[in-house]
Amino acid sequence: MDVLVDNFALFVGGFLGSLKIIAYSLVGALVLGALLAMMRVSPIAPLRQFGSLYVSVIRNSPLTIMLFFTAFVLPELGFNRPFFDLGVLGLSVYTAAFVCEAIRSGINAVPAGQAEAARAIGLTFGQSLGTVVMPQALRTVVPPLGSVVIAMMKNSAIVGAFGVGGDLFSVGSRLTSAQGFAALPVLTGVLLGYLAITLPTAAVLSRIEDKVAIAR
Amino acid sequence: MSAVPSVLYDAPGPRALRRARVISVVSVLVFAALLVLAGLRLNQTGQFEADRWSPLFWPGDDSFRPVWEQIRIGVTNTLLAAAMAIVFSLVLGTALTTVRLLLGRYSRLPLVLVAEVLRGAPVVVLIFFAARVLPTLGVDLSQLWYLVIGLTAYNFVVIGEILRAGVAALPRGQREAGLAVGLTSRQAVLLIQMPQAFRIMLPALISQLVVIVKDTSLAAIVLLGPLELLNVGRRIERFLDNPLQTYLLIALLYIVINSLLGLLATSLERRLSRSGSGGADVDRERTVTVANLGANATGGGAGGVGT
Repeated sequence: MDVLVDNFALFVGGFLGSLKIIAYSLVGALVLGALLAMMRVSPIAPLRQFGSLYVSVIRNSPLTIMLFFTAFVLPELGFNRPFFDLGVLGLSVYTAAFVCEAIRSGINAVPAGQAEAARAIGLTFGQSLGTVVMPQALRTVVPPLGSVVIAMMKNSAIVGAFGVGGDLFSVGSRLTSAQGFAALPVLTGVLLGYLAITLPTAAVLSRIEDKVAIAR
Repeated sequence: MSAVPSVLYDAPGPRALRRARVISVVSVLVFAALLVLAGLRLNQTGQFEADRWSPLFWPGDDSFRPVWEQIRIGVTNTLLAAAMAIVFSLVLGTALTTVRLLLGRYSRLPLVLVAEVLRGAPVVVLIFFAARVLPTLGVDLSQLWYLVIGLTAYNFVVIGEILRAGVAALPRGQREAGLAVGLTSRQAVLLIQMPQAFRIMLPALISQLVVIVKDTSLAAIVLLGPLELLNVGRRIERFLDNPLQTYLLIALLYIVINSLLGLLATSLERRLSRSGSGGADVDRERTVTVANLGANATGGGAGGVGT
């Protein structure tokens, strides 16, 4: 266990590095996912079809291959950015599909009568979505969206495994391979680091869930 | 699918129809413009050159046969690893849930703790953990096994959660009737609750299989072998020097495999809802919600939110 104490600063750095990946990807995924969800419920057929194509392609292919595309194929096409950006891009684009589905399931869960009432008093699509359906959908969306967010936090390790450098997974990988420290304590530290991110998030989310839950 | 929009807006009148048509045309034009831009960029960087595509797609090419032989090996190993992981996960997950149901509130705590830890950890870390730590403990296995062990460590807990959600979705009367006719608690769990939980959660279990198939690709970044699909893709790409084309093909293969599994899940779901899910009158919507809630605490989940 000495290795954990001696390299504590390194682990803290990795922890913060992981949080950085997560924060950027979260913003990207939420924005893109919300846009996609709007497309999927819109009255415009091509937008709906684009949304459902996007979701079914992304949901059926691994994040790893998405990252291969952003990391190895984009530079080949002349899109040269630091690896961190490419990793965050891949994770955001991937997670957005799941965010979209979570939001859409929330919209589906709003009773039809609510939307019908909104239409009956003459609200447009935008108004009924924005002022009647979405506020209610967001409450139902909390549990599935929460699990998407937590899955994304764990997936940040995959971005790290590509060698972003400085995130929790790369710290563990470097200490065990290059510097030859015993795997068990180092990787236990890495595991604890991820649990320190996911478990509190899960606790906070379940409190939010209790708060916003509505009786139907 | 069309049920959603029709709730959100009225059947469009002539003006709305005209507007919708205009926006449709504009959005198609925007998509087309983006495609053209992407195509130009691809052309500029020489991605359309025939020798980048023909080894993968043209049977007359010299490399075609060896490349597809490799891909066949990759698909086999991916399916093999996924099949092994799902079988082990099902066995262990069933055991986990059964034991959890039988134990008291306090004696099940250690199990709950282990489950929470495994579920809160990234799968990629668990695979890496298996590959690095097990050899130091004197367990020397092939790389494929480390992949299977890592996948199982995560997925048996998730499957346990799915089954637990299934049991929770059953009407109380099922268990009570069992106890009333003189079954012991263990018999009620094993003979009445678990079999029905399996049945109603079958679609969710198949969604989890999709997640497992996708996660086998993690071997390509944290393990030295095995030659699963993505690792094979890496080798082909290094040999042919055409990452775009190779990864496109590999991605397509994953999409085909997983779409087939998805279709299976949907058709099972339809069959189950038609046949009234065997005795117990379970509302499908409710089961899905319960499954999401149950698997929510640390991600994963019946929806297949994985890697």
